[in-house]
Amino acid sequence: MSEGKRNGRRFHTIIALVEDRPGVLNRIASKWRQRGFNIESLAVGHSETPGLSRMTFVVDASHDADQVVKQLDKLVDVVDIRDVSHEDIVAREMALIKVRCDAGNRSHIIEIVDIFRANIIDVSPESVIVEVTGDEGKIDAMFELLKDYGVIEMVRTGRVAMLRGAEASHPVGEGEESYERYPGQETW
Amino acid sequence: MEMTGAEMILECLAREGVEAIFGLPGGANLPLYDTLPKFYPKIRHYLVRHEQGAAHAADAYARVTGRPGVCFATSGPGATNLVTGIANAWMDSVPLVAITGSVIRPLIGRDGFQEADITGITIPITKHNYLVLDVNEIPRVMREAFYIASTGRPGPVLVDIPRDVQQERGQFYWPEKVELRGYRPRIYPDPAEVEKAARLIYESERPLILAGHGVIISQAYYELKELAEKGNIPVITTLLGISGFPPDHPLYMGMPGMHGMHWNNLAISEADLIIGIGMRFDDRVTGRLKDFAPLAKIVHIEVDPAEVGKNVRPAAALVGDARVCLQQLNRLVQHRERPDWFARLDELKREHPSLVYPEDAAQILPQYVIQKIYEVSGGDAYFVTGVGQHQMWAAQFFWSRKPNSFVTSGGLGTMGFEVPAAIGVQIAKPGELVWAICGDGGFQMTMEELGVVAEYDLPIKFAIINNGHHGMVRQWQSLFYRGNLVASPLKNPDFVKIAEAYGILALRATRREEVVPALERALAHQGPVLIDVHVKQDEDCFPMVPPGASLQETIGLPKEYIELVRRRQMAEVGR
Repeated sequence: MSEGKRNGRRFHTIIALVEDRPGVLNRIASKWRQRGFNIESLAVGHSETPGLSRMTFVVDASHDADQVVKQLDKLVDVVDIRDVSHEDIVAREMALIKVRCDAGNRSHIIEIVDIFRANIIDVSPESVIVEVTGDEGKIDAMFELLKDYGVIEMVRTGRVAMLRGAEASHPVGEGEESYERYPGQETW
Repeated sequence: MEMTGAEMILECLAREGVEAIFGLPGGANLPLYDTLPKFYPKIRHYLVRHEQGAAHAADAYARVTGRPGVCFATSGPGATNLVTGIANAWMDSVPLVAITGSVIRPLIGRDGFQEADITGITIPITKHNYLVLDVNEIPRVMREAFYIASTGRPGPVLVDIPRDVQQERGQFYWPEKVELRGYRPRIYPDPAEVEKAARLIYESERPLILAGHGVIISQAYYELKELAEKGNIPVITTLLGISGFPPDHPLYMGMPGMHGMHWNNLAISEADLIIGIGMRFDDRVTGRLKDFAPLAKIVHIEVDPAEVGKNVRPAAALVGDARVCLQQLNRLVQHRERPDWFARLDELKREHPSLVYPEDAAQILPQYVIQKIYEVSGGDAYFVTGVGQHQMWAAQFFWSRKPNSFVTSGGLGTMGFEVPAAIGVQIAKPGELVWAICGDGGFQMTMEELGVVAEYDLPIKFAIINNGHHGMVRQWQSLFYRGNLVASPLKNPDFVKIAEAYGILALRATRREEVVPALERALAHQGPVLIDVHVKQDEDCFPMVPPGASLQETIGLPKEYIELVRRRQMAEVGR
């Protein structure tokens, strides 16, 4: 499940702990762009540590992501980064789907929502908004079923991922001593 | 202590030990310039004529001192003019701190006059950059900028400071320590990898060292020599590794790659172990990557973890400072005789000579001029080059007893680097002899900086290897584009008159007999000198690995040049 497959394509899941500062996203996106990667999804939000955000990237795995991950790790604003594609993770995505409906078919939609353990979070005479959480496959499946009623719009958060078990995804490294170059011999 | 932003910036520079700044004023950095006199003569400012010159001069200053070079520019066009110089420093891992003025805070992002998003523009070509919006942040930002620029794999850092922040008053607080949780350069290699490397070296029958810029950056000259001698391993230096190892050492083999020594390219193809030190297996070194060193295992000593495994897969990877890595490795390395390998290398050198040319040619050959420049300088000078044919010949014939004396634009290949770079070197090394070996094309890209040379009376010796062409372009067009010489011939100005207009002594050599007297006269003259040497226009630079070809496919010197060696060898045998 970890190295995701969608529409026959394979994806990397990469999680990063980054400084919460202006321009950080630009720096990171710039590295992916330089190597010609398309970012499938990107989710950013605060982490458990004030001043640090955690990002989850999903990128196309037909390229070698290892190089970009190393380049990203070099960024001063990136505290830690890790490709968890081959690790035991849980991964979720949330979607809001606005579906056209009326009194006649609303109950059909509610039935689908129940089956998927989703929620209806807004109702109007002509529409409902469905909130669904799960892996990408579940959201895709739900979207397929709701399509027939007329989906007005859909918004997805992109994947967020975390290692299973007690291990921290970004352990606070002991870190090497800070290093200033001391002069060597100027002769050979 | 309360002070203005501009005072803070200069106070930080003084505390970082900065003695020279290269820059050009403008609306957005005038508060900084207004404050400069307070710091004179501790900090001296050198007024360049174009900001690209400021970046290159600071870059070269950093290369020869090992300390970050500093340049100033104003917002908008001033800042964008630095971009080529910043990119050059980025590609060659040179510590550079660029300080740009920015439009006042209320105008940022509103297309203010002379506004350019320079932090956005320089993201891909800096290690890090800052836009300072709070005057109290200046000391921390400046401290971090110098720390980031000079540690780990060095590189440029840009600090953009709006004019109103420079004018604002704030509290100066100097942080004793830099704390960056996302930036921890590696110094010490993994001991297991060091052991593995030592074992691979001992087991190797045909090892070669490929030493790069990292050896010079970490001042590992002594440690490199120790490894070579202790392990009995021949040393090849990349373009930027030149002057990291004594060129007259019996284990020295010269440069590899596109215009490297033919014997090196063949030796690399036969080697069973390549020890890459502070180098990144660049395409100009490896030729077609999949055919690079087909028989060799690789030991990679490199400070930047992202370089390890990028182009080649190492059998042992020592990630850390080159000098520290070599110190640890040298403790374990054992001597081994390799008579067959050294005999084979001698044979390759004999069979594929790479440093000969007809010394009695009717026209002046560029190789001759360059070799004579090294000879008259007695191996005790700094040599700065531009980019192109003259650069490759200067690298091939390099001869100096001074470590870190070859200053050239490697990764970016920036034509015009030579003029401002020579200025940076001369200012860093006031008593020393500095040669700028220039191309006639590149010289015209930055010759406005002769104004700086004249103003500060910098005794640089400029030699223009004038072949009336963009020589390397002409060579490629003649070899790979059916001799279709489009836009490579140059209608040159009279370089002698140009130098004279600046009050610089200028000489010209159009015949071979005139070359050495002109060089000697230049050395005898106290101030700056420019020599315009008219060389053979269509001389090609060989050996050459055609673009996309493997090192095994190196084209050697022309047959008639090789004949010269054969005849000389025969004559010696006959004697």
